[in-house]
Amino acid sequence: MSMSTRRIRAIFIKELREYCRNGSIVAAMAVIPCIFLIQPLIQVFALPASASIQLRHENSLLYLLAIPAIVPALVAAYAVVGEREQGTLEPTLTTPIRRDEFLLAKALASLAPSVVVAYAVYAVFLACVALFAPEAVASALLRWPEIIAQVLFTPLIAAWSIWIGIGISARSNDIRVAQQLGALASLPTVAVTSLIAFNVIHATLGVALAAAALLLLVDALGWRAASATFNREQLIAGTR
Amino acid sequence: MNGQDGADGTVGGATALSVRGLGKRFGDRIAFEDVSFEVGFGEVFGFLGPNGAGKTTIVRTLGALIEPTSGSATVAGVPLTPQNGVELRRRIAVMPESPGLYLRLSVTENLSCFADLYEVPDPRDRIEQALRAVHLADRSRDPCGTLSKGLRQRVALARALLANPEVLFLDEPTAGLDPAAIRDVHGLIHDLRKHGVTIFLTTHRLEEAERLCDRVAILNTTLRTIGRPDELRDRLFGKTLMVRTLAPLPDPGRVFAGLAAVDGWHQDGPAGYVLSVSEPAIAAPAVTRAVVAAGIDVRSISDSRHSLEDVYLELIGADGEASRR
Repeated sequence: MSMSTRRIRAIFIKELREYCRNGSIVAAMAVIPCIFLIQPLIQVFALPASASIQLRHENSLLYLLAIPAIVPALVAAYAVVGEREQGTLEPTLTTPIRRDEFLLAKALASLAPSVVVAYAVYAVFLACVALFAPEAVASALLRWPEIIAQVLFTPLIAAWSIWIGIGISARSNDIRVAQQLGALASLPTVAVTSLIAFNVIHATLGVALAAAALLLLVDALGWRAASATFNREQLIAGTR
Repeated sequence: MNGQDGADGTVGGATALSVRGLGKRFGDRIAFEDVSFEVGFGEVFGFLGPNGAGKTTIVRTLGALIEPTSGSATVAGVPLTPQNGVELRRRIAVMPESPGLYLRLSVTENLSCFADLYEVPDPRDRIEQALRAVHLADRSRDPCGTLSKGLRQRVALARALLANPEVLFLDEPTAGLDPAAIRDVHGLIHDLRKHGVTIFLTTHRLEEAERLCDRVAILNTTLRTIGRPDELRDRLFGKTLMVRTLAPLPDPGRVFAGLAAVDGWHQDGPAGYVLSVSEPAIAAPAVTRAVVAAGIDVRSISDSRHSLEDVYLELIGADGEASRR
């Protein structure tokens, strides 16, 4: 069964246009990253140069991986139930679009802005640390392995949150409930990244590779699971 | 009838829709059952029924959104099976009761998305054609959220026309519209009919069905009747003549007895008579002559036309009474 890139692109572009013009989604994408950005920035600027020795043994920047965990879940939660609420799901599903095309387009449309926001926030954080933090603190924080981990794990974590969000969205009748449940479901991921950031789980190359492999697997399974929750008949007829 | 030659609405045996014993249950609840009919290419077929009769569920089923629990169907030449869903949806378009537009997007952005979903070649030209067809070319850049309900309905119709569907399902296309907007939608349906598009129209509006449809079916969970509106009237009510005279006839039984094509009569007011006739065109001159010969002037004589509403109420009312018993 081949997928149509044109149909995927159609939904993808439509979604991005809608997100850009939807105040609540723009606000969620702007406010949540700021919350995660401001607190660590204040903390970094308040650190004395002597704290750099302790910082070298921590992975505090991985704390920012909470952004790709939470933001896409909020956006993806809108994906199906949002269409249902505005009555656009039925006309869309009466076109030749396949379920997997629809879901993939929705996922990509959630992934793209979420990853851009997460990278942008991370870049702002790195720039602020490099420019304004004491030199010893900056050199302790700006480490390539951590930056690479951030770059690699951001889309993997975001994809997982998106599939959870879409799965919840396909089973919900209310956007707000779907978003709340989506945010709640992303908390375990936030907990794991926080535990690594605060060195409770010791980050090594092996742990990173295992985590990446695990995330790849759950992302693939997430697509299958979201696909299984997506039933045209249930969504259109409102039956369970 | 336009473009068909069979009593079942088919052209040389070709059918746009062929439905055999179709049924759908949601758990214990029957949405519709044992529904069979055929619709020919180019036909405007009306589907009438009260709320909850199963009209929308049938449209969704024939649009491959919902799986039937029994029976079979062929839509635009494609058998209705889960495997054929994509191919079937490629050949049809459904305009649901609610226009279902992306209100934050402009008219063109909405249509562009759907043109891509149908993989329409030359989408820009096709969108322009569709907008011209619904007289909305000058509103193409407006966000759909700023349009009135009637204009949104037109955009939804333009969307349905994008892919040049073989069968167009219109689910209550005039629900909630003002009279001017209803007239516009009717005009658009007339235009589509001229272009040979097969239209499956579900509606509550009986005068709409009578005006637009070649044939109608009345559904109340099961199919109650099907045929041309005039056929249904004749089938259910028989043919009658309404005769009004300037003064009461002294002996109407004698006047109407033995007249050609008159089967019986009853009085309707002091100087009114309803005659059961087999052929109004033969009966009317004979009745006029007989009344005048009896020394009474005729004020009016006309076919007593039962409306489709009478047919509908007769059938649906009978269902209601049966369910109360």
